[in-house]
Amino acid sequence: MKINLLRRSGIAALLVMAFAFISSQIQAQIAPISTASAFSVPESQWLKPEALLHLQRTNGVDKPLILQVGSHMLFAQAHIPGSEYAGPGSQPVGIQQLQNRVNALSRKKFIVLYCGCCPLNRCPKLGPAYAKLVEMGFTNVRVLYLPDNFGADWAEKGYPVEQGN
Amino acid sequence: MQSDRSLNLYSLWTTFRELTRSCVIFLLLCVWAGVCAAQDPGSGTALLHKEAPNFVRVDLENRELNLRAYRGKVVLLDFWATWCASCLLEMPHFLAWQTQYGPRGLQIIGISMDDDPALARKIYKKMKLNYPVAMGDEKLGKSYGGVLGLPMTFLIDSQGTVQAQFRGETDMESIERQFKPLLHP
Repeated sequence: MKINLLRRSGIAALLVMAFAFISSQIQAQIAPISTASAFSVPESQWLKPEALLHLQRTNGVDKPLILQVGSHMLFAQAHIPGSEYAGPGSQPVGIQQLQNRVNALSRKKFIVLYCGCCPLNRCPKLGPAYAKLVEMGFTNVRVLYLPDNFGADWAEKGYPVEQGN
Repeated sequence: MQSDRSLNLYSLWTTFRELTRSCVIFLLLCVWAGVCAAQDPGSGTALLHKEAPNFVRVDLENRELNLRAYRGKVVLLDFWATWCASCLLEMPHFLAWQTQYGPRGLQIIGISMDDDPALARKIYKKMKLNYPVAMGDEKLGKSYGGVLGLPMTFLIDSQGTVQAQFRGETDMESIERQFKPLLHP
């Protein structure tokens, strides 16, 4: 009886996953992706919060330069310890600020961009910021995957935050 | 031979039954997920059923905006920003609600979390917002538990108590369903 229930639950879970996968594929086909969209960032370049935490807590690994390219007001309330505010990625002035910050760095520098200002599918800042770094020749740029926002996907999970400018 | 065929038919029937049951479980899971998504997304907030933190600001029309002065009205306090596409989608609803439900005691208040007030002022004028909007800052954000993602809207009843918090893109009908019973008939 238990085994049957387990099997049925397993099949149901597989159906749910298949449904989710097909939906995401259909969505991807329908919506054209511009560089203004966060989804213009290749899937392989997304970094999960847990992976970034692991990197931060592990000794002897290459520590990334973490840059917030969202809103300064949100950054001042809470941000990832050690991260820097690099200007709003949706505005030319922000892109310029980002460019100034990284210009002198080696193009192999490990950089993590994040925003978390609003739901990822509506984020206007990550796409242009990522595109700028790629255009500048940076080869090791990752983008933090915060699907809802910084509050829900980082702070409320109990991950460390700092306040201030 | 006959027994083999019966066995195959039985096996087919069993598989069909299993698949049907799995589909039923799948549909139930979908319904459950839908119900969860439709629920108040902010039911776990620390400010719920507590007094809304007061603030005094100068709005974009240079008038004083004191939250406490709105006691007696049901307030929808909307944290938004010009770069937040979801916020901009919600604003026409707020505008319409202010017209429709204002006479019944609803007051929308906008708090822009833009770093640059000029951007907020531009949208305020372009959308012809009919409710007060003031600039926010990190202090105000922190007093509301940290506005670490937009949009974020608080429903405050006529006694000044937070009744609900809506985070992220929310079904506007669900917000309307929650504030309507608090208004004057």
